Amino acid sequence: MKRRLINPKNVPLLATIGLFILMFGIGSATFPGFFSLQNFYYLLIDNAYLIIMAIGMTFVIISGGIDLSVGSLLALTTMMTSSMLEKGHFSPLVVIPLVLLMGLAFGTFQGYLIQTFNMAPFIVTLGGLYLARGLCYVVSIDTIAINHPFFKAVSQLQINVIGNNFISANVVIAMAIIIVGMYLAHYTNFGRTVYAIGGNEQSAVLMGLPVARTKIQIYALSSLFTTISGIAFTFYMRSGYALHGQGMEMDAIASVVIGGTLLTGGVGNVFGTVFGVLIFGTIQSYINFDGNLNAWWTRIVIGMLVFLFCLLQRVFEASRKKTKKGSQDSHPPRPVVAH
Amino acid sequence: MTKISLWKRFAGSKIIIPLVTLALLLLYNLIFTKNFFVVEIRDGHLYGNLIDILKGAAPIMLISIGLTLVIATKGIDISVGSVVAISAATVAFMIGGDLIMKNGVQVPYTKVPLYIAISMAIGVAIMAGIWNGMLVSRVGMQPIIATLILMVAGRGIAMMITKAQIITVYYEPFSFIGNGYWWGLPFSFFIVLFVLMATLLLVRKTAIGMFIESVGINPTATRFSGINAKNIIFWCYVFTSFCAGIAGVIYCSNVKSADGNNAGLLMELDAILAVVLGGTSLNGGKFYLIGSIIGALIIRTLTTSIWALGVPPELAQVVKAIVIFIVCIIQSEKFRLLVIGMFGRKEMAA
Repeated sequence: MKRRLINPKNVPLLATIGLFILMFGIGSATFPGFFSLQNFYYLLIDNAYLIIMAIGMTFVIISGGIDLSVGSLLALTTMMTSSMLEKGHFSPLVVIPLVLLMGLAFGTFQGYLIQTFNMAPFIVTLGGLYLARGLCYVVSIDTIAINHPFFKAVSQLQINVIGNNFISANVVIAMAIIIVGMYLAHYTNFGRTVYAIGGNEQSAVLMGLPVARTKIQIYALSSLFTTISGIAFTFYMRSGYALHGQGMEMDAIASVVIGGTLLTGGVGNVFGTVFGVLIFGTIQSYINFDGNLNAWWTRIVIGMLVFLFCLLQRVFEASRKKTKKGSQDSHPPRPVVAH
Repeated sequence: MTKISLWKRFAGSKIIIPLVTLALLLLYNLIFTKNFFVVEIRDGHLYGNLIDILKGAAPIMLISIGLTLVIATKGIDISVGSVVAISAATVAFMIGGDLIMKNGVQVPYTKVPLYIAISMAIGVAIMAGIWNGMLVSRVGMQPIIATLILMVAGRGIAMMITKAQIITVYYEPFSFIGNGYWWGLPFSFFIVLFVLMATLLLVRKTAIGMFIESVGINPTATRFSGINAKNIIFWCYVFTSFCAGIAGVIYCSNVKSADGNNAGLLMELDAILAVVLGGTSLNGGKFYLIGSIIGALIIRTLTTSIWALGVPPELAQVVKAIVIFIVCIIQSEKFRLLVIGMFGRKEMAA
């Protein structure tokens, strides 16, 4: 067999990274001051919560599912954190683990429904979307500002990396999640089962993989990452508000798709998702720098990018099917005989 | 024996669950909500909670008619909310947000004749449908992704049309569509009725309905039996956007303004919920238009009853979520087998 320079599996990932470099390059060529390490760090700082959320979403989408509840769950996290801190006067040491536990329970519940009753992930997480958003209003209808010294300190923390350029605590959290995500996806049984489920669930069951358990775990993981993202968002905004994160599920899904994960499941990459989010951030940064462009362009450009990447995925899929067909013709599959 | 078959027929029938749900909801209101069923005549038209439900449910009913067909082909259209926003923005932009006063009296003013504004709005919606339909049927994208694109970009387009402003429409004749009454009933309800009748006629009196179902059950077999599955799918998406376009006009007329950010927000989810409540499976195949209409009414009744309770209206979402979970569990094959199994065994023991 001819060895290829680039593994075709990595084409979407390389396209994503290439696109990011291109967009950052265009920005740098257009605006003085765009090309700086600090501006790159700002991309990370402003989108750290989205990175965390999108990584959770990546696992769900690789498994062939979808999680629409993330935006609302983020809002619920900010609400619960802020109300427990400000109204209940609990210590962050109590609040943060409690909120994380809540996220884990929320995701496990969704996963349980999806797995046990064989319900469409789309509809279950839609229910989760309503539930979390509604619960926000049960906590409070108004914005709750956070003045707790710990949260203040964390949100104002500036960590110098290379010279005078700084990153925030959120970036450190996001980096840790990226590492955890990549480890889970590529070096654990859980990760391999996720890919197997996305490839073909029935085959995964027949192979004896713990599909039922893993499916529940996937949704639990997504919700857990979303709550972590919510806490990062609380550090970023220092407030809890029921309207936080409206439509953010779509930002996360779009980032995952731009990151090269196939929505049909089975193919995807945590690392690509990070670049998907960065592309998203670059567009917003470009629009901020320009000043004349309006905010709606972000939505339109994101829509166009999702379109382009889906088209790319279709081409990629079609070529993969062709090669598969060719190999099948030369080696017809043997009928499986049960003993 | 007859008991078993009756029970099985009951459990197997799909339209019965939404009907019972709606009946239970109304029963609850009959007992617990004061004056829920009171309908009186005010300003020459009927007035009351039930009329409000009909009026408020009109946009979702319209969208769910189209969406039922798309879901029957095993597709989904999550861009309807954005299409509502685009259509509302177009019609508001065409009429224009100018308030002209003459001697302290408002003069009806519109930039273009009303029918042109409305047909433009619906035309733009149809264009959106063509885009969706092309992506799904010709490019072969997954429906949820293909429509995700327009869902994300659509709000941007709507904001572009209104220049990110909220256009307030003062043109009086326009507000008749969303707020007017015919024979005491909301005019928008007649639009829904008309679209529903036309659709029912089209899908039940011609073979189109069967074609749609067969596409949803097995697209390959459908193609082999000589039906152009691609065209069926394409037209379903166009029709859904068409319905969403009308819904956008009604919505805009009802609230007398167009807001690119918030018009039709989460409407896609409500409409999908209506279709699922109505008994149409997200896995495609058999579809129930009347069921979807009942589903939309359930959602609206639920919201109205929650408002009548006096709790914050936002709490409606929690109740909606619980309803989704319960209905989906009841509809799932596993639950049905469980129940039928339990009852079956009892019958045998008796």
